[in-house]
Amino acid sequence: MNAVIQHPLFIPVLTTLVVCALFPLVAGYLVLIERKVLADFQVRLGPMRVGPHGLLQPLADALKLILKEDIIPEDSDHLIFWIAPIISTFTALTAFAVLPFSARIFVSDVNVGILVISAVSAVGILGIILGGWSSNSHYSLLGSLRSAAQLVSYEVALTFALLSALMVAGTLSMQGIVHAQQQRGVWFVFENFGFMIVPFVVFLISATAETNRIPFDLPEAESELTGGYHTEYSGVRWGFFMLSEYANLFVASAVGVTLFWGGWLPPFPSVAALGWFFDALFPALIFAGSGASSLVLIPKLPYRPHRILMAIIAAALVAFGALFLVPALTTWFAPVFWFLFKIALVIYLMIWFRGTFPRFRYDQLMNIGWKYMIPIGMGAVMVNAVLGMFR
Amino acid sequence: MLDVFFFYAFAALVLGGALLTVTLRNTVHCAISLIASLSGVAGIFLLQKAEFLFAVQIIVYVGGVMVLFLFVIMLVNLDTAARDRQFNRQWIAAVACVLAIGAEGVYFVRSGSGAWTFAAPSEFALSAGNTEDIARMLFSEYLVPFEIASVLLLVAVVGSVLMARREA
Repeated sequence: MNAVIQHPLFIPVLTTLVVCALFPLVAGYLVLIERKVLADFQVRLGPMRVGPHGLLQPLADALKLILKEDIIPEDSDHLIFWIAPIISTFTALTAFAVLPFSARIFVSDVNVGILVISAVSAVGILGIILGGWSSNSHYSLLGSLRSAAQLVSYEVALTFALLSALMVAGTLSMQGIVHAQQQRGVWFVFENFGFMIVPFVVFLISATAETNRIPFDLPEAESELTGGYHTEYSGVRWGFFMLSEYANLFVASAVGVTLFWGGWLPPFPSVAALGWFFDALFPALIFAGSGASSLVLIPKLPYRPHRILMAIIAAALVAFGALFLVPALTTWFAPVFWFLFKIALVIYLMIWFRGTFPRFRYDQLMNIGWKYMIPIGMGAVMVNAVLGMFR
Repeated sequence: MLDVFFFYAFAALVLGGALLTVTLRNTVHCAISLIASLSGVAGIFLLQKAEFLFAVQIIVYVGGVMVLFLFVIMLVNLDTAARDRQFNRQWIAAVACVLAIGAEGVYFVRSGSGAWTFAAPSEFALSAGNTEDIARMLFSEYLVPFEIASVLLLVAVVGSVLMARREA
């Protein structure tokens, strides 16, 4: 047993298995959180029926998608129709291979990590384009044409934003970028006298466009294209497209967190006195606090099984929070907690965008991409190069 | 052992993809075969420990060039063009090229490995991270050719914008 745990491949293989097995569930709950947060913005309740406060809704949705009849249009290009969602899902999950979950928990630390993520996300575009084309439908074709133009345009701005951060880090390896921030004792978003905030904003806007999210969701604009590139898809294949979309959202947020927000580093990484507070107490308070506050909801629930389930979830949250106070576990849990916590904040921000901004028109989208984002990104690279010499 | 297996797998991908690119009738299928072929080249770069070239090959060719190819193919209806009689048949030139290259191949295979002179393996290719080496070479020794290439691309961009303007 010890030989297995000590093996150099143990953590990579385990991480791969956990990501592949767990991410569909995470994506399901991201959808639930998105619906709940949007409902909150619009003063509604959101899904409430399945489980207490709709907590089992993702499982019901997944079951529905798997059991639904799988329809392939008669005049579609069957082979490409079949393979397109696989390309999207496969590439989206491949990007997880270079994400630095913590200093010790990662699948692989290649010296071109950030380029690997760019490469697989570039291949992922093909899934959308081919899926739309092979459906042999005008809506789908328009959706995939839009997505091809949009993704190619915003990739340039995204690359300029990444370039600024990479110049500060001096390495392409995802682990190396976080270690560089540890060494300088500052998250890169505050580096270069605070000017790195500009490339971060460019990154955030381009990443929203790259992940096809509102206000840049023209490839699947439901009011014009009924669903865009996935109009003809149904059941589990449609589910694969959604899975890849949420995986891309997660990876884009993870890249932003790694490059600009310190990856798995806690806030103020160089101040040792705050170490225990941020590594143990803060996560413990977050989990125990959300567990305790869900206890308040129990008496209001109408059904007895819902009350029991809610009590179990609350107890589990409190117990999980208590785990952070065990010193042996803190060293393993705290970096992963901070990485995922920051990703959650970025995803919340993207859901906030969705609740706030209306969709852009197509010419506005191209104007923002080519006339604002790319020049600002280029300027940020030059200014950061000069500022980087004085820091 | 595993290296050899992957080399032949990627080589098969490159050659098979290239063959399908020129033989298939449907233009989108041709484009997909070309993508497979280019991905195979990227895989061979990776086998040679050129991680940077691997990533750039995929980003530029698969992610950029081929997406634009597909964009144009979908925008222009090529179904009718495929059924028309083709004017670009170059049978004589093609046969001459194939015969010449085939004769070269036969000559080299018959004369064995002595026909080649191998360069000594450089220490760059074996170093763990050759991204920095590529950057150093490009921006010091080969700076002038690199800049000329970028000026060439700039001319192409300006030219295409000018042509698009004139037609509008």
